[in-house]
Amino acid sequence: MTRVGVLALQGDVGEHVSMLESLGCEVVKVRTVEDLNSVEGLVLPGGESTTIAYLLTTSGLKDVLGAKISQGLPVFGTCAGLILLSSEVLDGRSDQWSYGALSLSVRRNGYGRQIASFESPLEVKDVGTVPGVFIRAPRIETYSDDVEVLATLDHGDGLGEHPVFVRQHQVWGASFHPELTGDARLHQLFLNSL
Amino acid sequence: MSSSKNPSVTATALVKRGLADMLRGGVIMDVVNPEQSKIAEDAGAVAVMALERVPADIRRDGGVARMSDPLMIQEIQAAVTIPVMAKARIGHFAEAQILQALDVDYIDESEVLTPADEENHIDKWRFSVPFVCGATNLGEALRRISEGACLIRSKGEAGTGNVVEAVRHLRTINAQMRRLHSADQNELYALAKDLQAPLALVQEVAQVGKLPVPLFCAGGISTPADASLVLQLGAEAVFVGSGIFKSEDPERMARAIVEATTHFEDPSVVAKVSTGLGSAMKGWETASLEQRLAERGW
Repeated sequence: MTRVGVLALQGDVGEHVSMLESLGCEVVKVRTVEDLNSVEGLVLPGGESTTIAYLLTTSGLKDVLGAKISQGLPVFGTCAGLILLSSEVLDGRSDQWSYGALSLSVRRNGYGRQIASFESPLEVKDVGTVPGVFIRAPRIETYSDDVEVLATLDHGDGLGEHPVFVRQHQVWGASFHPELTGDARLHQLFLNSL
Repeated sequence: MSSSKNPSVTATALVKRGLADMLRGGVIMDVVNPEQSKIAEDAGAVAVMALERVPADIRRDGGVARMSDPLMIQEIQAAVTIPVMAKARIGHFAEAQILQALDVDYIDESEVLTPADEENHIDKWRFSVPFVCGATNLGEALRRISEGACLIRSKGEAGTGNVVEAVRHLRTINAQMRRLHSADQNELYALAKDLQAPLALVQEVAQVGKLPVPLFCAGGISTPADASLVLQLGAEAVFVGSGIFKSEDPERMARAIVEATTHFEDPSVVAKVSTGLGSAMKGWETASLEQRLAERGW
């Protein structure tokens, strides 16, 4: 049985856990280095990126996880998780750090504050239409050729199309929340890559 | 690569409840100015509640407590990147309209402020911004959800620094949910009547065993141990009001409560962050209170 972790410092951990369990995984809530050492892949959930970043530092996980990602640990970040995996954070705190595992820049709350949060169906490459739930979502602004874009969205705000679901080797990122819907196909896609 | 140009929909139940899901496992801190909001964000708060006076001061000063000055809310919005919540008086839908116009991320229809309507709460379905409401028992929680609340917090007794009421309310809500979950289908009609709650919501709780929205805890949490206690009792996140900025060392207290909330199941972490923390807020014995805020709301 595949042993997958969900970073469980803060955020919608439970939704990811249920979804991965429904796909037949053994799921570990990762709060310590020991937990992290036991998994074959890791999901970084939605939540507040500043809070999760702070707790990564205090829990001693920050550098260990960074080393594991650069050694090839497969990871999948949704929303706040995408921010943590990006190489540049715009409109963040002045001291905001990120792992740089995805060669792209994200703008925090790039689609607006909560009142602008929205749902929109998305066309995902090789998957089909999936529900997209965007909550104070980050917007992917620029990205390098190393990033494979798997879905984009034209939000109709005159800013054109932006990627919303991407992959760079073993690192996956979504600016929305597949875990809040009943559709587990993107989690399955991640698991297939392990 | 395919593109999506489908029109998007805002203010759905999923995106309104979804923000509460994102706050799980976090600490929402009361702040009265931009400096405090920065301290809260630095300490790892998942959101701040912007208000003019923390509940302990409202309790001490008396008078009518109202929505905060929009200028103060805007200054706090400009100071931090995390969600900003603000309070409206119970039933005061005009204050809520103002808060929505200010783009706050969550509105707390709160018993900490002086109620504006002694019969009706705000019709929260009419708003695009999600609402959090307090509850002392399951019936009250389900009535608020039927009015459109997207997040419930157990009320506790705000501004006392005493966790006893928060524990009472959490235990009550959880015990009543367990009762519904184990009930025979035929009993749900009478149970709905006893709870004074809509039947459909009673049936939903009976089936899934929990609220259809997240359940957080508020009112009296003032130490890392308090946070660990209420999380172990089933709260999914905590609101800390006076407990941080009325303590001896707010910065350290804020960080300690954030870490205790994440690692609530690991006493060694809670012990570590509790060590040499300075004194918590002085607090009140609830039996000595003249005004019980938790009794506001119906």
